[in-house]
Amino acid sequence: MWVIYCGKEVTIMKYVFQLSIILAITFLGEVIYKLLPLPILGSIYGLVIMLLCLKTKIIKLEKVKRIGDFMLEIMPLMFIPAAVGLLNVWDELIDILLPIITITLLSTIVVMVTTGKITQLIINKGKGG
Amino acid sequence: MRGIFLNSAYFGLVISIIGYAIGVILNKKLKIYFLNPLLISIIFIIVFLLIFNIDFENYNQGGKYLSYFLTPATVCFAIPLYQQLELLKKNMKAIIFGLSAGVLLSLGSILGLSYLFNLTHTHYVTLIPKSITTAIGIGLSEELGGIKTITVAAIIITGVFGNISAVGICKIFKIKEPIAVGLAIGSSSHAMRTSKAIEIGEIEGAMSSLSVAVSGLLTVITSIFASFL
Repeated sequence: MWVIYCGKEVTIMKYVFQLSIILAITFLGEVIYKLLPLPILGSIYGLVIMLLCLKTKIIKLEKVKRIGDFMLEIMPLMFIPAAVGLLNVWDELIDILLPIITITLLSTIVVMVTTGKITQLIINKGKGG
Repeated sequence: MRGIFLNSAYFGLVISIIGYAIGVILNKKLKIYFLNPLLISIIFIIVFLLIFNIDFENYNQGGKYLSYFLTPATVCFAIPLYQQLELLKKNMKAIIFGLSAGVLLSLGSILGLSYLFNLTHTHYVTLIPKSITTAIGIGLSEELGGIKTITVAAIIITGVFGNISAVGICKIFKIKEPIAVGLAIGSSSHAMRTSKAIEIGEIEGAMSSLSVAVSGLLTVITSIFASFL
């Protein structure tokens, strides 16, 4: 029916359709998560399914790209409620704040240096040989 | 009057969006890069709730709807990953070894330091996801039995610290290869810092967002084993 309208309506329907594809794959991921006894998140199954669908061209990139990019862009907004939840665990957090900050900073440096150094080593080796 | 505000689920939604908008504007105006929009909005909302004496539960009535969208948003990571598939294939060996080493050392260092600080198992599994993107991190923390709000705090600290220090650390340790720099930033400080890598260069940016997805996957797989420790 929306074909009767021109221009804008069709574009809006396109975005609704894109969102539906993404939500359908998310749903599929959640279903697999419930069915399989593995502790892997539904979102990870969804990510893999989406990647496979794109790779096999079952879903064309432009059928999900616009809304997908939008979702990734506004992602920080979705983290806010979880972070505001710090209010509720503040008492518990205070006791372990120092270890948490220390562990976080140290392991960040360790990971950054290891990943960078090893990747560089392998790439340079490939270039040399 | 107060009740009308607090009982509406839209209160939490609206205040979150206003907070984030303030964050984006302040971040652009002030140009202090460690004050990212997320950090500003969290501080704004927490202060607002404390001043007006509003419970987190009231806020979360609406806030939880934002959290629901994390799962589909994570699925969308497949899109940048798909677009960079060629780059991934070309540097397969370097990427896989580099990221695996990073993920293992991340788990190792957190385990070791948690022992050192005498943290409980709950706190240890809370910290495991700290280097991966928040979307996967929150879910993983819940799955492992951690405290997801503390996980978010650790992820934010990691992101802010990574933002400030990434360039300096890569210089000190002589990491110059663009692919290596991108992976180093992406694997250590996740999506929040991918924008930093994009500032440095195109390859760095691409590798950084790729490593967010790949090391996220690797962390999920390995941490399931690590959670038994």
